[in-house]
Amino acid sequence: MSLIEVRDLSREFTIRKRVGAFRRMSVVKHAVHDLSFEIDAGEMVGYIGPNGAGKSTTIKMLTGILVPSGGTALVAGLEPARQRRELARRIGVVFGQRTSLWWDLPLRDSFELLRRIYRIPDQTFRRNLEDHVALLDLGDLMDTPVRQLSLGQRMRGDIAAALLHDPEILYLDEPTIGLDVISKGRLREFLRALNHERGTTLMLTTHDLQDIEALCDRVIVIDHGTAVFDGPLPSLRANGDASRTLVVDLVDEASPIAVDGARVVKVEGPRQWLSFPAGASAAPLVAQVAAAYDVADLSIHEPAIEDVIRQLYSH
Amino acid sequence: MAEIVHAVRSYGLIAALWIRASLAYPVSFWTMTVGGVLITFLDFVAIWLMFGHLDTYGGFTLREIALLFGVTSIAFRVADMLVGNVERIGQKVRSGDLDAMMTKPVPVLVQLCADRFELRRLGQIAQGVAVFVWAATTVEWTPQRVAVLVVALVSGVVIYFCVFVTFSTIQFWTTDASEFANAFTYGGNTIMQYPMTIFPREVVRSLTYLLPLAFVNWYPCLFLLGRTDPFGSPDWFRFASPLAALVLVGVTTLVWRRGLRRYRSTGS
Repeated sequence: MSLIEVRDLSREFTIRKRVGAFRRMSVVKHAVHDLSFEIDAGEMVGYIGPNGAGKSTTIKMLTGILVPSGGTALVAGLEPARQRRELARRIGVVFGQRTSLWWDLPLRDSFELLRRIYRIPDQTFRRNLEDHVALLDLGDLMDTPVRQLSLGQRMRGDIAAALLHDPEILYLDEPTIGLDVISKGRLREFLRALNHERGTTLMLTTHDLQDIEALCDRVIVIDHGTAVFDGPLPSLRANGDASRTLVVDLVDEASPIAVDGARVVKVEGPRQWLSFPAGASAAPLVAQVAAAYDVADLSIHEPAIEDVIRQLYSH
Repeated sequence: MAEIVHAVRSYGLIAALWIRASLAYPVSFWTMTVGGVLITFLDFVAIWLMFGHLDTYGGFTLREIALLFGVTSIAFRVADMLVGNVERIGQKVRSGDLDAMMTKPVPVLVQLCADRFELRRLGQIAQGVAVFVWAATTVEWTPQRVAVLVVALVSGVVIYFCVFVTFSTIQFWTTDASEFANAFTYGGNTIMQYPMTIFPREVVRSLTYLLPLAFVNWYPCLFLLGRTDPFGSPDWFRFASPLAALVLVGVTTLVWRRGLRRYRSTGS
């Protein structure tokens, strides 16, 4: 059995719209529609999609905050909406844009309180505190009230807090939003280590596709409430009309290179750009070019993941 | 049972943390506490000043009114200290804090009430106690009367507790109606500071059958004072405070569950 099992999950909202001066009309919006996927223990899954695609609604249903209007969700064998408090002991949730720490209290006090309300065994608590505080570089911040922390510091505090009770699953909603490049890098490193060393299952929603490239083996793309792609990152690239680019530096300027399976999209002096389908192998192409021309240098550019995803959305 | 113990313990832990946090600034803590005593004491001063022109008001002497005032104040202020913060539901919904609370293994109501627990409200309870002690000399105490008083105080706390929770829960439907809740909580307490005899019969009926605040102090105090009810209610009403509290607990549980269910089904 998978750790997270989502089957035909749906969630409708009824929105009341004003029509004219007095009349109101109810409009049903399908935030999540017939969504199905499974996530196994130890996976790192990126959950991405445009604004309003249903990402947060899904996470809220998986944590038990929202009750689904159809279908089923099972997390760690529990039904989130019904067994919310029981599930809470087994998952960690980090909302990027707000903190679940106590705003006016120092981190130390927040952590101590969590230890007691989650009834975390002393040994586990001490080990987790030592590990995470060191890795997330929170040592000097333990006595600072949360409201005085910078966004990046607060995010690290939130993540440490969400991990104190050894959750099997960690949901991260936009964990790197608003962070600078260095903080982002360190955070990603931490999450990777967490997954490798402890086997914590990670599910993260993000707008930052570098998060996905750095962390996730698997991507689920959601649009209009339903999954439009589910698979490993490389095949996301191969998917659709996305193309790779072979950049050829010739010894001398030449007319556009003519080879099978690729077409020249740009010429700049001795340098030419050849576009070929992302699903095809580059090897025969390189061989053809090298056999017919004097090549000084070659490089292959992967399609920008942003472009690939944009294409998915537009389908 | 273990659930309840964990809930109460969690309440204590969260509250203790806030107490410690507030004591970190002792000057501010004590000014706020003393300020709280003074402001609430003004309520009683207003009644006291009125007696400069009157011997009785609604047929009650100053000390008798002080007894009514003391009992409702103690019950109300204790409930306010313990659960008054529940009125911030709307704010917590808007900030998203409620979602965070729902991912913790402690009942949401406990987290809401214990959040920002204010020990300084003890000052406001002290004010009620002071007025009560001053008034207590007017009662001829018997063991039975002491028992009725204790039961009435406990029931009174529970009744106000329910009023706080029920009317705050409305914010799940309206997102911001804390003022509306205030009308019934703070407003209710203010009404109960006066003898019911100054109000029309309809008001007294409402405070008995609709919003049973009369069971906090009016009926039990009639017994303590050995008075008959001018409105002719049955005698057993004087001992019925726990019953009123129990009914309210039932209603409150229903309303709270519906409210939370609505939130979880609208996500608003």
